[in-house]
Amino acid sequence: MQEQIINGLLSAVVAAAAIFLFLKERSGEDRLNRKQKKMLIRILVSAMLLLALQLVTAEGFEPLDRILFPAAGRITRLALYLIDYGIIGHDILRKAFQGIRNGRVFDENFLMAVATIGAMALAIYENGDYLEAIAVMLFYQIGEWFQGYAVGKSRRNISELMDIRPDYANVEEDGRLIQADPDEVAIGSVIVVQPGEKVPIDGVAVEGISTLNTSALTGESLPREAKPGDEIVSGCINMTGVLKIRTTKEFGESTVSKILDLVENASSRKSKSEDFISKFAKVYTPAVCYSALALALLPPVVRMLFLGLAADWGVWIYRALTFLVISCPCALVISIPLSFFAGIGGASQQGILVKGSNYLEILSQVKCLVFDKTGTLTQGVFEVNGVHHNQMEAQKLVEYAALAESASSHPISKSLKRAYGKEPNRARVSDIQEISGSGVLAKVDGMEVAAGNDKLMRRLGIPYVDCRETGTIIHMAIQGTYAGHIVISDLVKPHAKEAISALKAAGVEETVMLTGDIKKVADQVAASLGIDEAYSELLPGDKVSKVEELMRGRHGKSGKAKLAFVGDGINDAPVLSRADIGIAMGAMGSDAAIEAADIVLMDDDPLKISKAIRISRKCLGIVYQNITLALGIKFACLLLGALGIANMYLAIFADVGVMVLAVLNAIRCLFVKNL
Amino acid sequence: MKKTYKIEVDCANCANLMEDAARKTAGVQNATVNFMTQKMIVEFEDGKEPKAVMGNVLKACQKVEPDCEIFL
Repeated sequence: MQEQIINGLLSAVVAAAAIFLFLKERSGEDRLNRKQKKMLIRILVSAMLLLALQLVTAEGFEPLDRILFPAAGRITRLALYLIDYGIIGHDILRKAFQGIRNGRVFDENFLMAVATIGAMALAIYENGDYLEAIAVMLFYQIGEWFQGYAVGKSRRNISELMDIRPDYANVEEDGRLIQADPDEVAIGSVIVVQPGEKVPIDGVAVEGISTLNTSALTGESLPREAKPGDEIVSGCINMTGVLKIRTTKEFGESTVSKILDLVENASSRKSKSEDFISKFAKVYTPAVCYSALALALLPPVVRMLFLGLAADWGVWIYRALTFLVISCPCALVISIPLSFFAGIGGASQQGILVKGSNYLEILSQVKCLVFDKTGTLTQGVFEVNGVHHNQMEAQKLVEYAALAESASSHPISKSLKRAYGKEPNRARVSDIQEISGSGVLAKVDGMEVAAGNDKLMRRLGIPYVDCRETGTIIHMAIQGTYAGHIVISDLVKPHAKEAISALKAAGVEETVMLTGDIKKVADQVAASLGIDEAYSELLPGDKVSKVEELMRGRHGKSGKAKLAFVGDGINDAPVLSRADIGIAMGAMGSDAAIEAADIVLMDDDPLKISKAIRISRKCLGIVYQNITLALGIKFACLLLGALGIANMYLAIFADVGVMVLAVLNAIRCLFVKNL
Repeated sequence: MKKTYKIEVDCANCANLMEDAARKTAGVQNATVNFMTQKMIVEFEDGKEPKAVMGNVLKACQKVEPDCEIFL
């Protein structure tokens, strides 16, 4: 029965390997590398020979006895099996020998060599089944081959996904376009980007109008407009028109190189799970070897000396050999980094750059999220949000305010100018008098205009109406009578409220907001977004100590809960680096943020924070699944092997099967688009 | 000084072994092998000549994993 299953499997292997080789040779692209091809041919030849030997069977060799000399058939058969063993296993034997010579005994080559040679010796001794040793070696090699192939392929696929590297930059020379190496383009040269091409280097548009697809950087497919004077970030794809860009950075300093650098090096920072596995692998193999030795020696000795039974050396040695087959830790060791790599790759496609596997791991444990307000939850751009109690038209009032403030460079005057929509005609304004900390007095169209806060109104003795809304209030008086007030406030980002509830849904227990803004504004924003706590009127240094305080409180409760800080990366670099994990938002084009943070969100959509957390949870979930799966099956097989229930076939199938499952499971980390 | 080298190694456990071997080589402050991107990042001790040190690193790595390759 078992023999038939093995024969069936062998035929399947022969067929699959032959078809695979044929197809790969025909397809031209995506060829196997030399090593893989050679191995596949070895697998094919050895499987065919093994199958042939199985079909001929021992009786098939008996005629040789009569023709040549007695036992000639048996010797020929053994020789053919040995040749087959050599074809499939010679490299393993060589490596095992080299390992011993180099003083490194316990590697999987040694284990496989001992296990199969042992099985072979038992077979010769019992004059029977050579199949097992060769089949085990064959299936082990198939497993190794598949692992190399699958991992190599997924590695290439993931790298391709992340590959936003531009191949060339078009430089104009004597009226002709020349494709130059981006590395060789100097700062200040003008490059031409045609529709469909990637912007290779950061710069400022000098000519042309176009739309840019930023999805390679941000994961968002919403196109951006580009016109002369706009800053253009490398890595975007130019979609509609030809753009001429004056470069402002070298290629090596451009956004696209920085991102590539970051993602490529990300998996070099190892997570705790990876460390655990590599430490585990170091003790696992020797431990299994010693147990195998004990299993081979102790029970027979005990049986002989104490129980008075036959020693059954053959049985126990066979069980010990089964042990050795299970002891290769590769399934475990391969799936963990592959999971992290796929997770980081998947996240970077969504515009979430994770600087290392360790950060992905910490992110999955975040329970407390601290936000900076301005630029993170709010747009950081002050806009006229309302005009109240006005007698004249609102637009007219804004016009007067903009004119009165036209000489000032204060952010408030900029917001007024934006709301006015035109460049104020300075000729209409005269006698501008700035009253520091209060506002401005000026003559506009010959009328006396006062624009400023409540202090200014009190000073002028004009009764004013207070505003219920939060923000900066500009009271206006024209010709000495109150004309209403203008509210200027920072707008909350469109997805901010959704983002907070999404975070709560993702399992974040506490959300905190830190801001340098006044308490009234802070409390209002926090309440409207559903944030648990808000600390206001903080200086940048206070933010660091507040985060430290929160971390102490958090870590006190349970050591595992981590705190993440989200900022725009411009002025909160110290806090970003102090928190367990620092997340910078809207980092497109901002080097400081990329430097300081552990996780970088390319666009400034706060919804990406919860997405990043969900990606990290999924990835870590898969890592733990793989660890449990691989360890569980290995230990189960060890137990069954020791009891004599599992034979060597089961052991090798468990080994190869777990590896295949773990690799396939790890690839799931890549699919994070709809999280 | 830090340098990155392209490597070729087939199994993840072997990559870990290479990392260990590289770390133990004289003149190497720290070494990280990134199996997924097939790269080895080596940090050299001050005043050591990377070329000479890498020769030893390669020897040490091939001792633990005969099939590995470091492209110097």
